[in-house]
Amino acid sequence: MKRYVAIWFRHLTTDQLILLRPELADVPFVLASPERGRMVVRAASIAAKTSGIDKGMVVADARAVLPGLQIIDDDAELAGKLLYNLAEWALRYTPIAAMDLPDGLLLDASGCCHLWGGEVAYLKDIVTRLRGFGYDVRAAMADTIGAAWAASRYALTDTIISPGDQVNAMQVFPPAALRIEAVILEKMQKLGFYQIKGFIHIPRSVLRRRFGQSLLDRLGQALGYVHENLEPIQPLQPYQERLPSLEPILTATGIELALKRLLEQLCTRLAKEGKGLRQASLKCYRVDGEMRQIEIGTSSPSCSTHHLFRLFELKIATIEPALGIELFLLEAPVVEDMTEQQETIWNIAGQNKWAAIAELLDRLAGRAGTDIIHRYLPSEHYWPERSIAEASSLREEPAIPWRTNRPRPIHLLRNPERVEVTVPMPDYPPMLFRYKGQIHKVRKADGPERIEQEWWISEGLLRDYYILEDETGARFWIFRLGHYNEESNPEWFVHGFFA
Amino acid sequence: METAMRKSELIARLRSEILSLQGFRTPSLGQHSDFGLGPVEAAFPNGVFPIGAIHEFISSATEESAATSGFMAALAGRLMKEDGICLWIGTRRSVFPLALHFFGAAPERVIFVDVKKERDLLWMIEEGLKCEALAAVIGEIKEISLTGSRRLQLAVEQSKVTGLLHRVNPRLNNPVASVCRWQISPIPSQLDTGLPGVGFARWNVQIVKVRNGEPGSWQLEWSNGRFTPITRPVIKRVGKRQILRAV
Repeated sequence: MKRYVAIWFRHLTTDQLILLRPELADVPFVLASPERGRMVVRAASIAAKTSGIDKGMVVADARAVLPGLQIIDDDAELAGKLLYNLAEWALRYTPIAAMDLPDGLLLDASGCCHLWGGEVAYLKDIVTRLRGFGYDVRAAMADTIGAAWAASRYALTDTIISPGDQVNAMQVFPPAALRIEAVILEKMQKLGFYQIKGFIHIPRSVLRRRFGQSLLDRLGQALGYVHENLEPIQPLQPYQERLPSLEPILTATGIELALKRLLEQLCTRLAKEGKGLRQASLKCYRVDGEMRQIEIGTSSPSCSTHHLFRLFELKIATIEPALGIELFLLEAPVVEDMTEQQETIWNIAGQNKWAAIAELLDRLAGRAGTDIIHRYLPSEHYWPERSIAEASSLREEPAIPWRTNRPRPIHLLRNPERVEVTVPMPDYPPMLFRYKGQIHKVRKADGPERIEQEWWISEGLLRDYYILEDETGARFWIFRLGHYNEESNPEWFVHGFFA
Repeated sequence: METAMRKSELIARLRSEILSLQGFRTPSLGQHSDFGLGPVEAAFPNGVFPIGAIHEFISSATEESAATSGFMAALAGRLMKEDGICLWIGTRRSVFPLALHFFGAAPERVIFVDVKKERDLLWMIEEGLKCEALAAVIGEIKEISLTGSRRLQLAVEQSKVTGLLHRVNPRLNNPVASVCRWQISPIPSQLDTGLPGVGFARWNVQIVKVRNGEPGSWQLEWSNGRFTPITRPVIKRVGKRQILRAV
């Protein structure tokens, strides 16, 4: 069963201005913006309203009523921004919060109230907190968005419409409570429908003929015959656990306890479904409305509470609790199926060994990023730089055997370095070469091993590789780039060192 | 007479107990454990290559560090055996994974960790050494303090993972809590009967320091997947022809 909360900010923008500039609290002021060459009131403060000034008035007229009226430029996007922030704040009450422009919020409270000790306490908490910030709000709870909206605007107090009671509750509200267009409202006014009970029992076909389909839709949405969607400000995470705290949490120990509890809940659920998480984030909502977040990633799906906790542990210190954290949210945006294969990787006896290594790598990656861990597999290329390829996962095994028919140096330079050589032509190895200012006399040599460019990947000159050993026993891998020809001498490079 | 015998027996037993506490294994009777290092193993107490301990390698030049990498790869290959996994941690990696195969270490079972920040390096090596599932951890770390190395030693005492530290051109030759300090340098290779070309990798293997053992220096060749001690060839003149013969 669904339960919704609608919150109405009766003076959203003016309340916000008073929050920013407390000196405005008792001064009548309006927010105005130009329209067709004149300034029109967009919102009026409570003080101004008591003098009969309301939105839609022309500023000149308002001035005539109240000469001391302050005029402040209106920002058309302000309400939207404010509502977005408030909706984000409201995420501590429910994972599904939506903006209801121009002056309201809608929350899907289904299954959330018990955490606050019932619907009454839930609604009261929301309202008290918002009023505490300085917003003049009304809120209502009902089975449908429509009924909650109507009750928040047209009931005189904060109302909870008990489940299934919306037909009764809606009776006394005016037609405007159905969120219908002004044209239809006017028509109803003329016909004398001042309350919903006046037309709620009229056959649907008659209503449709008179007022159109939109009225029926709105009525259906309010009463629960027609489904209405909320557009949450944040996509809903299927794997999410939340933990509101009764008292704001300030200490690292407190955060750890909360995290452990959330992890246990999430891991139990994942284990039941045979899944493991690859990414997780812990969102900490603070009392001052800010949010702090830490994230982890794993190299293979994991639902081990202990392991995930250790990954988070490294980052807990980065959370600033400020005045305290009142809600913890653990989300797993990426989960994967656990496979049997993982347990048999590399034919290691016992899965614990593999798990221990995967956990170790996660810890290392958690500290310095996933891009520090590399594993290589043979690749079918002769070109030395391309003869190895990075393994895409820790599970991947070599598809082809390692090629060892040709010697390869234990150290390979990332970029070959130029050397000066003395070499007899045409295809002999160098007699001596100068590398980093030092002259090496070649005592023994092997080669050449010609490696051609792979033309389907890149074009360029071939390389003739020689293994050289100097008089001290140091062994080098040196190549000549390209053939000898009449115009130029090919260049020589050091590419590696043999053990 | 009898008490003297008892005393020396007692001392021998205590000594072996201390050794085992320090991470040296005592070969049980009749079981000969051969790590494949040949004569080098005699340098260690009880003649057994200490696993589950920290070994320190020092190299100064590029050629020496390449030789050291090769030697370490060969040791790692023996430690990994058929299915072990090894971690190779460093900040500036130059090792070419494919070449590990030449030294008996399966490249696909070596996980490289290329640390970006120097200050993370020691922590990562320590974390690796704490992981019992690993066969070996190779750490390329330039400077390490005595305290830092003690942390690693404590880690391996718990986990029994062998740690090989490669210190390339360190500024300080400070003492380090390692069981053994090695220095590997390349020496000219030799092909049979003086054929031209470059032969198998040959090293001068020096143990500068070893706890409870005998330091020394040996010449080894890596051929056919194992260490072979080099015996100096003696050239005998028979008539006008030179005959190369190993003695």
